[in-house]
Amino acid sequence: MKAMRRRFPYWLLARRSVQLAVLAAFMYELPGLGRVVTGNLASSTWFGQLQLTDPFVALQALLAGQALGAAALIGALVVAVAYAALGGRIYCAWICPINLLTDLAHWLRTRLGVRRHVPVSRHVRYGVLAAAVCASAAGSTLAWEIVNPITLLQRELMFGVSSGSWLLVVLFLFDLLYSRRGWCGHLCPVGAFYALLGRFGRLQVGASGMGERSASVRACPEPQVLAPIVSGQAEAVRSGECMRCGACMDANPSAGLGMRVRIVARPRIPPA
Amino acid sequence: MVPPPTDPVPAPGVSPRRQAFRRVARALGGVMIATLAARGLLGARPARAAHMLRPPGALPDADFDARCIRCGLCVQGCPFDILKLADWDDPAPIGTPFFVARQDPCRMCADLPCVRACPSGALDPLLVDVREADMGVAVLVGHESCLNYKGLSCGVCVRVCPVRGEAIALREIVRNGAVIRVPTVNTDQCTGCGSCEKHCVLSHAAIRVLPRALGIGRSGANAAGRGGVR
Ligand code: SF4
Ligand code: SF4
Ligand code: SF4
Repeated sequence: MKAMRRRFPYWLLARRSVQLAVLAAFMYELPGLGRVVTGNLASSTWFGQLQLTDPFVALQALLAGQALGAAALIGALVVAVAYAALGGRIYCAWICPINLLTDLAHWLRTRLGVRRHVPVSRHVRYGVLAAAVCASAAGSTLAWEIVNPITLLQRELMFGVSSGSWLLVVLFLFDLLYSRRGWCGHLCPVGAFYALLGRFGRLQVGASGMGERSASVRACPEPQVLAPIVSGQAEAVRSGECMRCGACMDANPSAGLGMRVRIVARPRIPPA
Repeated sequence: MVPPPTDPVPAPGVSPRRQAFRRVARALGGVMIATLAARGLLGARPARAAHMLRPPGALPDADFDARCIRCGLCVQGCPFDILKLADWDDPAPIGTPFFVARQDPCRMCADLPCVRACPSGALDPLLVDVREADMGVAVLVGHESCLNYKGLSCGVCVRVCPVRGEAIALREIVRNGAVIRVPTVNTDQCTGCGSCEKHCVLSHAAIRVLPRALGIGRSGANAAGRGGVR
């Protein structure tokens, strides 16, 4: 096998920058400008004007039988439309702060050479999602928000609360010691929700030529989504589970993969 | 919603249809058990304790818990920093806003910044006059310890009330032949802001803000009381 040319991981850098900038925007004021955003990832106000609401949280409230206020509803609609148009799990890779935690666990895992991996089906997350949805309706409350680690982590960072930290520690250790990419890749119902929402998202990783793609598949947190490309059955990743993280392109720049908005699917590339 | 099969190799002697059926049944079973577990967890979480007061305009408890999306915009909207979001170990649904009167009472801002910040309607946007707010109702719980009740002259609770004279006043009553002036709450006017509880000079406040349902009685016969006993 020929040695892969490694280059600077541009996608990773871009992704971390966005992730950290969003996290920081919630936590700090800009000197001279004041607050960029108030609230948290459940619902937030940007620049004192734009209201954004997590559509999954809104869905839970609606199922609990609550007609949400217009501000929250419109905010949820804006976010839902954006992710549906581009690809839902952009949220997971570029915004969600838990991704920082689980990526760290995964990095540490490879560093420490942890081999233990108890396989969990990737479909379990859809079961957790269904259960969260059912429990919200049956319990007339926001069921997932009792344990949601995303807003939990944010609250811990923003308001300095800490009694929920044990949950985050458990999650970290689970990913580190128990199951590879266990949380984001197999269990998290928020990821499952965004995967369904962005099922027809148009920002897609596609094949722009031929290339050796095994390194890309190995780097991908959801390797199953690349299978159609590798086998030459499709010219772009169609799965909603693709996180648009760019790890495949960072892993091997000469793999002939690229990410762009594809309004219409092109016919597949004929095998050379 | 449950995506395609994981085990592509059919077991020998089992028809694909039966296999598919088993898979669906297993998935449904899993979801059902998870739903039951989640319901259990929901019930195990403490409901709101009486001393955790909601910001003005909060809907009745059950509706509030389901409509509040735990965003904390009200917390950041409050200029006095009195609101907190419930932590995992607080006796209130996690992530919902509350304040504790004895620590820091609601200042009853005329422009209700917390209500205006709330995007979900959990804090009712129809509340425009803060004097209509109903965060609870003040109750003189410590008659033995209240200084005024003992015949001394304190009245701090009355003097700090933002709705002074209307929500709470000193009312003269005759006890053991002597006239004493007792802090008396007018439950219609009291907003439950908690200023009186905060400023009560005793080490444990003699006046407390309680949820309205706990704080006031209602006329009518008690089925388990005298009317019910033969
Ligand atoms: S009325 Fe004012 S002091 Fe009271 S909770 Fe709202 S913002 Fe805070
Ligand atoms: S602003 Fe409204 S929805 Fe957000 S935490 Fe406060 S009460 Fe809940
Ligand atoms: S809680 Fe106390 S201070 Fe506030 S309105 Fe009622 S009587 Fe007045």
